This record gives sequence, C-alpha cells and structure tokens, in this order.
Amino acid sequence: MSKYLLIPVLPLLAFFINIILGRRYLKDNAQWVSIAAVLGSFVIAVSSLFDVISGSRFYGDIYTWVVAGNFRASVGFNIDELTSIMLIVVTTISSLVHIYSVGYMHGDKGYYRFFSYLSLFTFSMLMLVMSNNFLQLYFGWEAVGLCSYLLIGFWYEKRSASDAGKKAFIVNRVGDFGFALGVFMIYLTFGSLDYRTVFNSLSMHLNDPLVHMNLGITAVDVNLFTLIALLLFCGAVGKSAQIPLHVWLPDAMEGPTPVSALIHAATMVTAGVFMVARCSPIFNLSPFAMNVVAVVGAVTAIFAASIGLVQNDIKRVIAYSTISQLGYMFLAEGVGAYSAGIFHLYTHAFFKALLFLGAGSVMHAMEGELNIQKMGGLRKYMPWTYWTFLLASLSISGIPGFAGFFSKDEILWQAYSSGGPGRLVWIIGSITAFMTALYSFRVFFMAFHGEFRGTHEQEHHLHESPKVMTIPLAILATGAVVAGWVGIPSLLGGGNQIAGYLGHVLGHPKGEGTGMQEMMVMGFSTALGILGIGLSYIMYGRRSELPQKIAAAFKPLYTLFYNKYYVDELYSYTVVKPTLWIGKNILGKVTDGTIIEGVVNGVPGLIGWFSARFRRIQTGLVQEYAAVMAIGILIIMVVLIVW
Amino acid sequence: MVPIQWYLWLSVIVFSIGVFGFLSRRNIIVIFMSIELMLNGVNISLVAFSHYLQDMRGQILVFFVIAVAAAEAAIGLAIIISLFRNKATAHVDDIDEMKG
Amino acid sequence: MLAEIFFAYFAVVIVLTSILVIASRNPVHSVLWMLLLFFHIAGLYLMLDAEFLAAIQIIIYAGAILVLFLFVVLLLNLKEEIKGRPFSRIFVIALVLAIGMAVVISSTMKLLPPGPVGQYSMDMIRATKGGNSSIIGRVMYTEFLFPFEIASTILLVAIIGAIVLAKKRLRS
Repeated sequence: MSKYLLIPVLPLLAFFINIILGRRYLKDNAQWVSIAAVLGSFVIAVSSLFDVISGSRFYGDIYTWVVAGNFRASVGFNIDELTSIMLIVVTTISSLVHIYSVGYMHGDKGYYRFFSYLSLFTFSMLMLVMSNNFLQLYFGWEAVGLCSYLLIGFWYEKRSASDAGKKAFIVNRVGDFGFALGVFMIYLTFGSLDYRTVFNSLSMHLNDPLVHMNLGITAVDVNLFTLIALLLFCGAVGKSAQIPLHVWLPDAMEGPTPVSALIHAATMVTAGVFMVARCSPIFNLSPFAMNVVAVVGAVTAIFAASIGLVQNDIKRVIAYSTISQLGYMFLAEGVGAYSAGIFHLYTHAFFKALLFLGAGSVMHAMEGELNIQKMGGLRKYMPWTYWTFLLASLSISGIPGFAGFFSKDEILWQAYSSGGPGRLVWIIGSITAFMTALYSFRVFFMAFHGEFRGTHEQEHHLHESPKVMTIPLAILATGAVVAGWVGIPSLLGGGNQIAGYLGHVLGHPKGEGTGMQEMMVMGFSTALGILGIGLSYIMYGRRSELPQKIAAAFKPLYTLFYNKYYVDELYSYTVVKPTLWIGKNILGKVTDGTIIEGVVNGVPGLIGWFSARFRRIQTGLVQEYAAVMAIGILIIMVVLIVW
Repeated sequence: MVPIQWYLWLSVIVFSIGVFGFLSRRNIIVIFMSIELMLNGVNISLVAFSHYLQDMRGQILVFFVIAVAAAEAAIGLAIIISLFRNKATAHVDDIDEMKG
Repeated sequence: MLAEIFFAYFAVVIVLTSILVIASRNPVHSVLWMLLLFFHIAGLYLMLDAEFLAAIQIIIYAGAILVLFLFVVLLLNLKEEIKGRPFSRIFVIALVLAIGMAVVISSTMKLLPPGPVGQYSMDMIRATKGGNSSIIGRVMYTEFLFPFEIASTILLVAIIGAIVLAKKRLRS
C-alpha cells in the first residue's frame, strides 16, 4: 500500500520542492528533483505491473477525505490491470519527456517552473488513473486540466499562448460540467462514489424501476444508465478533444513541445478514453450511449484526419492526428472493444509522443519554425530525428510489425466483427487509416526530403539536437516498434496477451468472425496504409507541383479542410461573441453598473447619513460621557431595586 | 446611640455632592477632589456598617479604599501635570479631541 | 444624647464643607475646605470606634493626598482658569442626576439586616490587648493577606506610573 502511495507522492514532492526552492536556489538544476521523482515513480509502476501480473491487485482507501452526513469520500487506490497499463504509459512517457525537456527547455527563464508544472501534472495524472472512486477521479481530472492550462500558457507573455490556455480551460469546462453532473447522478443513484460499490450494485439496480423509467429528454428512450453514461462521456469529449469540443487541442500547441507530447498527445487527452474504459460496466448497460461513443469517435477520426491533410503547421498536423487517433480509441470502446481502445492508447502514447518530440527536435533546429512549407531536406542534418520520425510515421500508418499496426488492426477488426453499425464504423475507420498514412508521410516527406526551403540563416543554424534529446527519441522509437508486440493477434501466431490481460477488468468483446474475415480486414487496412504512404511519396516526395493541382481542382473542399470546417468561426459567432456582448452590455452595464454599484455605493451612503447624525452624541467631553454613564447606573440600580 | 440610618444619610449626601461636583465642575483638580468626596462618602457608610454589624471587614475595606485612593491620586495628578504641560488648560471642556 | 449632639455637629460640618469644596472658585480654597472635611470624618470614625482608621484618615488623606493636591495646585499656575465660569454646561443635568442618585441609594436603606451578625462586638474589642488596631492587624494579615499584597503592588505601579507620566520627555 505504501509502495503505491509513493507513486503519486514522489512527483508531488518534486513539485513542492521546485516551486518553493526553484526560483531562488535550484534555478538551472531544477530538473534533477523532478527527474529523480518521476523515475522513482516509474520503477514502482513497473514493480506494481509485475504485482498485478502475478495476481496481487490492490483495492482500498488510504485516507478519508470528506465526511459530511452520509456522504463519504476517500482517497484510495485501485491497482488492477487497467491501472497498471496506464501507470506504465504515464510514467514512461513522463520520464522521457522530463529528460528531453532538459535539452529542449535549456536556458528558458521559467526552467524551474516548467519542471515543477511537469511534476504536478504527473502527480495529477497518476491520481486520476489510480483512483478508486469518482471524486478522486474528478480531482485528478480537474488537476490535469489545470496543469494543461498552466503549461499551454507557459510562455504567458505571448498573447496567443495565454489565449490558447484560456481556450483550453474554458472548452474543457463545458465537458467537465457534464462529467460533474454524471458523478452527481452516480451518487444519487448508488449512494456512493466508490468504484467497487457502484459497479457491484449495478446488477441490483437493473430491476430498479428508476432505471427503466423513460426520462423522455429527447425522442430517444433515455433511461438512467444512458443518461449517466452520456454525461460521463460529455467529460471525455471535452478532455479527449472529440467533436464538438475538439477546438482547444490544436490551439494547445502554443505550449512548449514536450508538453504537447506528454499532455496533449500521450497522457492527459487519453484520460477520457481511460475513464470510459473504467466505467465500462455502466456503458455496457446502455447500447444507445455505446453507439453515441462509437459514432462520435468515428466521425472525429475522419473529420480530424481530413483537416490534418492540408495544415502546414507541423505541430497542428500532429495535433489533428492526435484527435483522429483519440477518435479511433472511442470508436473501439463504442463497439465494446475496450481492451482494443486501451491497447491503442498504449501504443499511441509511444509513437505520438515520438512524433511530437521529433517535431520539437525539428523546431529546435529551425529556431522555432513550424511551417513545413519552409522545411525540407532535413534528413542529412538530423539523422537521429529523421530515423525516429520515420519509425513513428510507419507505426501510426499501421505498417505490419510496428506497434500501431497491431492496435489499429485490433480496433478495425473488432469494429468489423461487432456487426450492425460496426461495419459502418469500420469503413470510416479504414478510410481514416488511409488518410492517416497520407498526412503523416506528407509531414515526413515535406520536412525531411527534398530541398531546404527556409531562409539562409536557418539553413546555417541546422544541427542535430543534443544527446539528452535524441536518446529519449531513440527509446520512444524502440517503444513505437515493439510496444505492440504484446498484442499480436492469434492469426499471426501471437498470443494477444494484452487483450487477455485487460480482459479481467474490461471484459471480452462479443464480436465474432472467421479467420478469413480477419485476414481480409487486416490486409485491407494494411493495403490502405501502404497506399497512403505511396500516394504521399508521389505527391510530396517526388512531384511537388501535384498538391497544388489537386488543391486547385478541389478548391471548395480544400478551403473547407484548410479552415478546419470553420468550427472556430462558428463558435465565435454563436457562443463567444454573444457571450461577450451579454457580458459587456447586460452584466457590465446593467448588473454591475446599476445594481451592484447601486448597492455598493448605497450602503455606505446610508451609513454615512446615519453617522452624520449619530456622531453628535460624541461630544468629546469626558463629563458628558460620565453623565451618560451615571444615567446608565441609575437605570440599572432602579431595575435591581424594583425587581 | 446614633442610629445607623443617620450615618447612611450623611454618606448618601456626601456621595451625591461628590457626584454633582464631578459632573458639573470645569476645573479638573476640583473634579479630582469630587472623586475623593465620593470615596469618603462610601467610607463613612462602610465604617458605620462595620460598627453596627460588628464585622471587621468593613474597616479592612476602607483601608484598601484609602490605599487605592492614594494610588489614584498619584496617577491622576501626574496625568493632570502632563495634560497641563501639553494643553495649558485645567478645564475639562477645553479637551475635546475625541469629538466625533 | 451627647452622641447625637456630636453626630449632628460632625454631620453639619461635613455637609457644609463638602458643598464648599465643590463650590469654591479657587482650588486652593477647595483643598483647605477638604482638609477640614477630612478632620471631621476622622472624628466620625472615632465615634464609630474605628480608631485606627481615624488615624489613617488624618495621616494619609489629610497628610499625604491633600498635600499632593496642594502641590499640584501650586505647580500649575491657575490664575487664568479661576476667572472663567466654574460650572460646565450640564450643570442642571448633573444636579438632577445627583439628587436622583441620592434618592435611589437611600431607598435601599430598608434592606438593612436587623441586627449585629459579626463576632467583633465592642466588648470583645475592649477585651483584646491592643484594641481595634490589633484586631485589624490580625484580620489583615490572615484573612486579607493576599489583597494586602496586591494593594502593595498597586501602589508600586502607581509610583512608577506617576513618574513616567509626570516627567518631561527626554530628547534622545
């Protein structure tokens, strides 16, 4: 138990040490505390993974956090298969990003602040995944949101960075509101927030008339479990940047690149996926909610991929790729293949963090240049970055043998085999796989091949990143290749251990199919991936005039993609501007200007009016005070005698 | 044998004259003497009670009253001196810094 | 009969001097009237068989406190003050309050206990060697030892306080 307690506490201690001592004393040595703490967490996480594999799980409360009447909430841990996988993902990526940041953030004046925030984030994320109740989950959920805000706006002097931070925070509020309502509904229904209590009493509530009551919110039959599931999913949509709340994630790229890799690719944004998997018993009871999850995931996947095809900002392309891959995970969970979703989360963490850190390495060499149109030919200057980026791109494109292939293939197969709407979802997923390969290699070819298109000074400055950055890249590249080998499907002679491992918690998907069909699905998606890479090579690797021709031929579609379907503009006109108008004209002028100002100025005015009259009593003459005192004494004596 | 009521009446009269002097005089030294008058009025009744109730505690109390009166006179007169040094007045109604 | 006559004499002088104390325009006169008042109060104490207090009254009140008053009156040059009106603007209110207080206090007289309750009868005092002073001393140093010590502290505080207040500010 105390061993598990150390996992989140170490980064928390590092946070306190850095935030208190960093500015004055640690300065450029701030990384040591944070890195030591996160490596400590990593070692314990690995040992707890072995614990779980050997069958010893942990479930229990550490500390009673809130007691109010019948309400009771604890801080507790739930170490099971799902948590152990998440622990490995979080601590591994976090450790590597910490190390990478030593090089990337070198010389920044907020160096100590950066590392303290990273530690705080690691703590929050670990609390989130280790939680054994919904309140602690919510705490971690909000705390990672806070860290995300702090780190997106890390360079707060930059207007766009602080705006992006606010945007991320506010958009997340929308989702979190739903999530909070979901948690309230769980408490109202089950009278507890403890996972085990809630999930074990689900079956008892199946016959509860309340559950079958049609709440009649829409034309659809919305029963209680559907409502809870949808409210929880609301939170996941916000945190994991799914349609329609995806708008914050591309802007979040204003933060330092290691942050993008850790928070906005590998860990925090996958919290929604984790949460849905954790609440799978609830989701399983509501086919409607499951379909919503699947459809939102599938639509987000193809939607974000299509935007990613035409963006020029290297980090934004990867950000849309992240949204798209998160859509994949939800797609898997929506068809009931939770373990496939978590498996993809796990492999995705490696190759997506690698892509971001590779992009960061490129930016480092290009002095902060983000536009891939101005890159090119970086291959010969940055061999390490080049090869690792290639491995990550191959992995995300689903080329057989790489990590991404196994998880993506598992998702597509599960979608296909679940039947019904799963086939439609499968088709969307397959198209997305093609687009994924296309945009990933577009970035790859434009950045690393061809002629250098930037300025002369930039070209002069080009260099490979220091060892402290390339070694994490190499480790992640290894992960991007081998991480998927724990899930080799039986068709290819593997054991698919991870599905069996997670199956204890998440159950096994119900879909069935023949080996023939599975082979067909696998071959189809692999073919699409290779096709995407090939097309990308032709368009961007060989004939660089072809993209312009295509863009001109499909002008409206290109414009739509390039402007991200105008979602930001839509929100600006429907939500942001009306809100600002109300704030300025109604709240600012009427509520604040008239009502509150009236009260605020009226009360002191009234007091002033009264005191102007009452102050006459204060003559300042001691004898008159004594006379008043004598009157008082007389009254008291009379009262005492008369009684 | 003089009845105790006579002493008490005398005590009340002296005390009330003290109260009147305290409240009405302007000269701060006379005000101080009024306080001594009030204390003496009380002392008379205490000694009278002590005698008529055949209890020594009354006289002991007078003893303490005299001790406190001495202390009070020392402090009060010191205050008067420092006040006079600062304000150059012995009239209490010239001192109204606390006026609201 | 003789006791009543003596009482009447003391009472009349006490009341008259009390009035003169608060009515005199010149504080020096007030102090002197007060001196007379204290001597008569001491006489009253003798009538009440409180010889020790009578002595104390003369030594401390007349001898120490009044002399202190006199010193202060002489220290302060009060020529200007004496010329102004002697009474403040709440003269009438003060009069009403004083009379009201006299009425209220005198109305409590009916609550007196009917007779002697203590052990220190005249016979007992006379039988004791040293009389009144001896008995006061005995009670003071046994039953009232602690208040007695506190009284000494009060006097000490008063001494220090008087010095601090009255001395001139030192320029540091």
